Amino acid sequence: MNRSAFTRRVIVASLASAAALPMTQSAFAQAGASAPVTIGFITTLSTPAGYIGEDIRAGFQLALTDGKLGGVPVNLAVEDDALKPANAKQAADRLIQSGVKLFTGVNFSNVLAAVVPGVLESGGYYVSLNPGPSSFAGERCHRNYFVASYQNDAFHEAAGLSANRLGYKRVALLAPNYQAGRDALEGFKRTFKGEIVGEIYTKLDQTDFSVELARIRSLAPEAIYQFHPGGAGINFAKQYANAGLGKSVPMLIPAFSMDAHMVGATGDAADGIYASAIWTPETNTPASKAFVDAFRKAYSRTPTMYAQQAYDTANLIGSALKAVNGDLGKQDEFRKALRAVQFTAVRGKFSFGPNQHPVQDYYLTKFEKRPSGEIAQTIVRKIAEDYGDAYAAQCKIN
Amino acid sequence: MTLFVEQVLNGLQYGSMLFLLASGLTLIFGIMGVINLTHGAFYMVGAYSAAFAVLSTGSFLVGIAAALIGAGLYAVLVEIAVVQWLYRRDHLYQVLATLGLILFTNEAVSLIFGRRPPLMDIPPFLQGSVPLFPGLDYPLMRLAFIAVGAMVAIGLWALVNHTRVGMLIRAGADDREMVDALGVDIRRLYTLVFGLGGALCGLAGVMAAPLLAIEIGMGERVLITTFVVIVVGGVGSVRGALVGALLVGMVDSLGRAYIPQLLQLSLPAATADTLGAGLVSASIYVLMAIVLLVRPNGLLPARG
Repeated sequence: MNRSAFTRRVIVASLASAAALPMTQSAFAQAGASAPVTIGFITTLSTPAGYIGEDIRAGFQLALTDGKLGGVPVNLAVEDDALKPANAKQAADRLIQSGVKLFTGVNFSNVLAAVVPGVLESGGYYVSLNPGPSSFAGERCHRNYFVASYQNDAFHEAAGLSANRLGYKRVALLAPNYQAGRDALEGFKRTFKGEIVGEIYTKLDQTDFSVELARIRSLAPEAIYQFHPGGAGINFAKQYANAGLGKSVPMLIPAFSMDAHMVGATGDAADGIYASAIWTPETNTPASKAFVDAFRKAYSRTPTMYAQQAYDTANLIGSALKAVNGDLGKQDEFRKALRAVQFTAVRGKFSFGPNQHPVQDYYLTKFEKRPSGEIAQTIVRKIAEDYGDAYAAQCKIN
Repeated sequence: MTLFVEQVLNGLQYGSMLFLLASGLTLIFGIMGVINLTHGAFYMVGAYSAAFAVLSTGSFLVGIAAALIGAGLYAVLVEIAVVQWLYRRDHLYQVLATLGLILFTNEAVSLIFGRRPPLMDIPPFLQGSVPLFPGLDYPLMRLAFIAVGAMVAIGLWALVNHTRVGMLIRAGADDREMVDALGVDIRRLYTLVFGLGGALCGLAGVMAAPLLAIEIGMGERVLITTFVVIVVGGVGSVRGALVGALLVGMVDSLGRAYIPQLLQLSLPAATADTLGAGLVSASIYVLMAIVLLVRPNGLLPARG
C-alpha cells in the first residue's frame, strides 16, 4: 500500500469515527478498529466469593479507555464460573470454539487448573491475574502461560520470612484442608525458622471456628499463621477477636486472608493483624495513588488487592497488544512484548522470571486503626526484594 | 481440662443452634409427613431480615423481631402457596417442590438484598467474653445462644405437652381425619406449625448471624446436619430433636478437638492431619450410622 492511500484511509476512518464518537483517538489505533480483540474473561461473580470477581472485573475495566487496551479495541467476554471448575471449563471451551485466543480472569487455583490446559492446547494465551499454583510454575510451565500476580508459594514464603523478622519462635498454623491450603502451610514452613507447635486443618466451607480457637488457646503459641480467604476469613478474624485471643496471640496472614472488603466486614477485629503483601491501598507510589483514586471515583469503594492485580494484568496485556497492534497471530512478538513488561505496575517493581511468573518485592504490612476510626493496611517494611519462586529453576521454556 | 470444658460449651452452643432448626423440621417431617428442604432457607431469610433490621434501626431486639416475623411469615407463605397442595402426594413431589423453593429463595434473596452479603455485628451488650474460671474466657454471645436454646426447649415442651394447640398437634399427627371430623381446621393447624418452625429457624438465624457469615445458601449447609439430628433423635419428637442436637453438637466439637490429636500420637504428622480432617467431617455420620444400627427409629421416636 502506498503512503498516500494509507493516509487517505486513516483520514476517512478518523472522520467516520469522529462522527460516531465524541473523542477522536490516534489515527494508528483507529486503523485497527475494524476487529476488536476478544478476551475470554472467566471469573467468579456469584457465591459469597462473588465480590472478588466483581473487584477483578472492575479493576480490569478501569484500565480500559473507551473500550481500548493499549490503543487496541477489546471486547471482554465475561463468564461467571460460580466457583465451579466444571462451569469454567465449559465456558472456556465455548469461547475457544468461537475463536477466542486470549484468556484471563480466573480467581481460584482449582478453577484455573480446569481452564488453562484447554486454552494452551488450542494455541491460546492465558495471563493469570490472581492464582499462581505450583503445578504450572515448574516443569509444566508453558510459553503461552503468564502469571502477572504472584506464585502461590512465594506469598507464604514471604509470610515465613515476616514471622522470622517479627521474632516469633513458636507458631501454630491453620488452613483449609485442600491443595491451596496445604501449599500455603508448606510455603510458610519453607522459610520459617522457628518451631511449628501445631498444624490445624479446617473444612473448606467452615464458618464456625470455635473448636479451632479452643485448640489454639491450649497450644499457647507465640503467634498464629492462618490462610482463610473470603467469607471464612471474615468469620475467623471476628471470632478470634471475640474470643479474646486477638490481644494475647498475634495473628499473621497472607494478604488474601484480609482484603479491603474483609476489613470493612470485620471492623475493629482486623486491628493489629500482620500480613504479607505485594501491594496495599496505602502503597506510596504515584501509580498506586492514581489507581486508588480512580477506582474510588469510579466505584465508590476501596479497591482490593484483586482489583489491583487485575488492573496491572490489563495494562500488561495492553502493552503487548499495542506492540502487535492487536494481531495475536504475531505470536513471537506478542510473547516477547509480554515478557518485556512495558508498563508501570501499580505495585511497583515487577518483572518476569524464567517461568514467566513474577519477580517482585514482598512487604510486611500491618492493619492499624487510625484516629479517624478507619482501619488502614500500612507497610511496615520490605521483606523480600526481587523475589521469584521456588519452581523457576525447573521450568524449561526456551 | 480447660480445653475440654471449652469444647463442651462449644458443643452446647452448636447443639442449641441445631435444636432451633431441628425442632421445627422434626414437627413438619414427623407430624405432617412432609419432607421440607426449604427449612434451611427459612434460616437464611431470618438472618437476612435481622441483618437489615439491625442495619436500619441499630437495635438487636428489633432484629430478633424482624427475624421471627420474616422467617415465620415466609414459612406460612410457602405452606399456603406450595406445600399445602402436596400433603397427599408422594415424597418425591415434596422434594422436587421444596428443592425448587430453595433455588427460588436464594435467587429472590440475592435480587432483593444484593449479591454482597450484609454484615451484622455482635450487639454491644453481648460483646466480648466473660471469665468462667481462671484461664477460660468464653464469648458472651455464645453463652447467650446456649441460653436461648434452653429457653426454647422449655417453651416447646410446655407448648406441645400442656396447651390445647400442642394437644391438637399431637392428635393431628396420629389421626388427621379424626381431628378433622371433630371440627378442628387441621389445615390451619398445619399452617401454624409451619409458621412456628419458620420462626424458630429465624431465631437461629438472628443468633447465628453475628457469629457466622450471612450468605446466600447458608441454609443448605446446615440442612443436612439438621436432618442428621432428627434421624438420630427420632423423627417427629421434640425431645428427640433436643437429644439429637446435643449429641451431634458434642460429637462434632469434641471430635474436631481430639481426633487429630489422638491420631498424631500414633501416626506421622502428615498422615494424621489428612486422616484426622477426614474423620472429623465424617464423625456425625458415623454417629448416625451407629444410632441407626442400634435403634432404627432414632433414640426417642415420637411413636413407639
